[in-house]
Amino acid sequence: MSSTTLQHLANGVSLGSLYALVAIGYTMVYGILRMINFAHGDIFMMAAYFAFFGIATFRVPWPFAFIGVILATALLGMLVERSAYRPLRDAPKNSILISAIGVSFLLENLANYLFSGKPKAFPEITFFANTVVIGGVSIQVITFFIPAVTMIILAILLYIINRTKLGMAMRAVSKDYETAMVMGIDINKVIAATFAIGSGLAAMGAIMWGIKYPQVQPMMGVMPGLKCFIAAVIGGIGNIKGAVIGGFILGLGEILLVAKLSSLTGYRDAFAFILLILILIFRPTGILGEKTTEKV
Amino acid sequence: MKKQDKILTIILIAGLFVFILSADLFFDSYIKRVLNLCAIYTILALSMNLINGFTGLFSLGHAGFMAIGAYVVGIFTVPVEMRSMVFYLKPMHPLIANIELPFFAALILGGLLAALVAFLIGAPVLRLRDDYLAIATLGFSEIIRIIITNAQSITNGSLGIKNIPPTANIWWIFGTAFVTIVFIILLISSSYGRAFKAIREDEIAAEAMGINLFNHKVLSFIIGAFFAGIGGGLYGALLGTVDPKNFLFVLTYNFLLIIVLGGMGSVSGTIISAFIVTAGQEWLRFLDEPLSIGSFDIPLFRPGFRMVVFSILLMLIVLFYRNGLMGTKELNWDMLKRIGSKFSFKRPKGGEAK
Amino acid sequence: MSNVVPILKTQGITMRFGGITAVNNLSIEVNPGEIVALIGPNGAGKTTAFNMITGVYTPTEGRIIYCGKDITGMKPDQITKNGIARTFQNIRLFKKLSVLENILIARHLRLKSDFLSATLRLPQYRMEEKQMREKVDVLINEFGLSKYQHEVASSLPYGVQRRLEIARALATEPSLLLLDEPAAGMNPKETEELTHFIRDIKERYNLTVFLIEHHMELVMEISERIYVLDFGETIAKGTANEIQNNPKVIEAYLGVEEDA
Repeated sequence: MSSTTLQHLANGVSLGSLYALVAIGYTMVYGILRMINFAHGDIFMMAAYFAFFGIATFRVPWPFAFIGVILATALLGMLVERSAYRPLRDAPKNSILISAIGVSFLLENLANYLFSGKPKAFPEITFFANTVVIGGVSIQVITFFIPAVTMIILAILLYIINRTKLGMAMRAVSKDYETAMVMGIDINKVIAATFAIGSGLAAMGAIMWGIKYPQVQPMMGVMPGLKCFIAAVIGGIGNIKGAVIGGFILGLGEILLVAKLSSLTGYRDAFAFILLILILIFRPTGILGEKTTEKV
Repeated sequence: MKKQDKILTIILIAGLFVFILSADLFFDSYIKRVLNLCAIYTILALSMNLINGFTGLFSLGHAGFMAIGAYVVGIFTVPVEMRSMVFYLKPMHPLIANIELPFFAALILGGLLAALVAFLIGAPVLRLRDDYLAIATLGFSEIIRIIITNAQSITNGSLGIKNIPPTANIWWIFGTAFVTIVFIILLISSSYGRAFKAIREDEIAAEAMGINLFNHKVLSFIIGAFFAGIGGGLYGALLGTVDPKNFLFVLTYNFLLIIVLGGMGSVSGTIISAFIVTAGQEWLRFLDEPLSIGSFDIPLFRPGFRMVVFSILLMLIVLFYRNGLMGTKELNWDMLKRIGSKFSFKRPKGGEAK
Repeated sequence: MSNVVPILKTQGITMRFGGITAVNNLSIEVNPGEIVALIGPNGAGKTTAFNMITGVYTPTEGRIIYCGKDITGMKPDQITKNGIARTFQNIRLFKKLSVLENILIARHLRLKSDFLSATLRLPQYRMEEKQMREKVDVLINEFGLSKYQHEVASSLPYGVQRRLEIARALATEPSLLLLDEPAAGMNPKETEELTHFIRDIKERYNLTVFLIEHHMELVMEISERIYVLDFGETIAKGTANEIQNNPKVIEAYLGVEEDA
């Protein structure tokens, strides 16, 4: 394997991992509420700003700053759910969709207003910026760190979903909302927890994104957000492992497309959408999704 | 329509005509520009409401269709002798380099091309539901923009097209808006319009009544896209320049805001709301300027505040005023007369039932 | 009797969802002018059978023949155009639209004008629209809906909604009418009225009626023949008398051997 191929592969895997982390948030929310959380990408963006201010402005040592960012973002996610989605839970689906778009629009404009539209440079953290040389190519520590963190998170998450009481409640709510409610599950708590976890994961993604691609700006969540939703659809929406698989397909595919067919670089962002449309036509349930039929 | 209402309608149209005439003669160019923008947004929002509000298809592709119309007008109306100046990085493709069309022809061509693209996109995406449809149409809108950005020899890529002749004056724009409004009102009150509404209300029942879902969805989508292309063409000609960045999918959110405020499924609501939102966005520009009373700087006023106010407005409507101004109702003379009589001789007493 | 060609014939239609067989090997014949009922306990697969006949589902196996024509796999709108109309178990009206609009919509399928001539109100469309409205007017009067004409469907009393749904189905000009639990939620008096009503429209519109129903008085009174489904299987068929005395049917309804 040539050294550049190795580099591309490493970059693809780390981009794929980032997509996977954010895609999990989409898939979890969809699994439970059957809605696309259009604001998820903007929650990701807010997390990047939190990290920027934590480290660059308030000079909090990075490990503490990161924990703080994850908690703050989880809270933000819960706040969005509580104020913009919960009041519309029994409303027509389109209203909730519009509300989600509204939140996304609001967060972008808020970031633009509060933090100015000018891109900010994400502070460099020496630990992650160090490079190691493998097979003749030097690769940043962060490039390895991202997939490792993602795998650990995925293991923890699967444990929570499959082994804990909260996870059982989540699965119950996603299978059958009404029955779960009748069985005495506190739906509001489960949904809040889902948003907290999803947003927390988006925060981790945002922090690592900031380290790898050190630029923070109000629209930074839009494209990654859309792509991660696409990743979730490719994997089979509602399925956590599927979201991870979809994230990797998209991340690797994108990097390899740009590397191998450099004339198509301008179409990089179109790649994800074309993939989405293909999957929606040929396998709308995604790779790991189950088929559902509507009752008449 | 009753005879009296017919007369009122004729008076209204004549009044509008006089208004435009006096606007054209006496208003300064800034106000004219805002009015023109309002009318263009009316065309765009109304065509989006046909798809989203009347047919119930949650499409977010309007910015893309608009871009097609704007670019067709840009490409074909810039005078041939000016093209080498506009396309200075890479010359225009020889096939189109010498084709120059009159504004009206380019405008219609833009609408037709947008409709053709909608037809091609419609086949795969209109089988999808709600949020999947939303994301797929949004995706296509971005793909259109990405293609425009990359097709350097046709669209001048990210440099955009400048020097579009300013043919689109207030008469063109308000005339087109008027035709659009009339066309859409006639369409939705025809049997086809009823079929669209049936699909919005209940797809399964509509299909059981013999309505071919797919054909009717495609039809609504194509007509909506056609008028989006027309609106885009006017927009390009009004601005005098088009640039891929003008047509980011966020632009679609503006139209969404308009139709949500006006009422999904109301023509009159959309028109009123298009004027309120568009003019509002212009006249609230002071929110973006620092404001001070005496020596005290009011802290909130700085760039970006206006859009924050608008996004909060959208959220408030969605959360507390879900039907918008009109819901699926239409403003008509009876309603206006009722409102009028309420204000003229009997002031409403508290707690009047609605 | 033997040379009567059935208007509707299903040949061993089967519907499986994943591992579950909702309807197994169902073969039904409905002759022109008959009233035939499909009965069975909840979850027996009756509505699934209707959904197959009307094209909502494509049967996993078997064929559906209507008027000698294979309609298996056709889309619901094509089937309606061919002359089968239906109502739904849990009333599916166009809720926010008026009674008039609800019925007008059901005539759209017979419209010949394209959208442009409709929008531009060309003479051909104007004539069609006029005829459409005349026919709908007749239906509205015959169904006693004139005083509700301009009201929104969801605001009507329950019984009127049921009536509207049947009127809407008839506006498509069917030869075969499928009624999915038309008496659901009705009291005995209303059910009695409905019995006459169904007979009446059958005669007046020259229909064949195939219905699903739980109200046994209604079923026994109007059906010429009855099919009984249980767990997707056809357990009996015959006249009202035969069915009432069939031990298998009694068992299925009372659940003799099953845990109840």
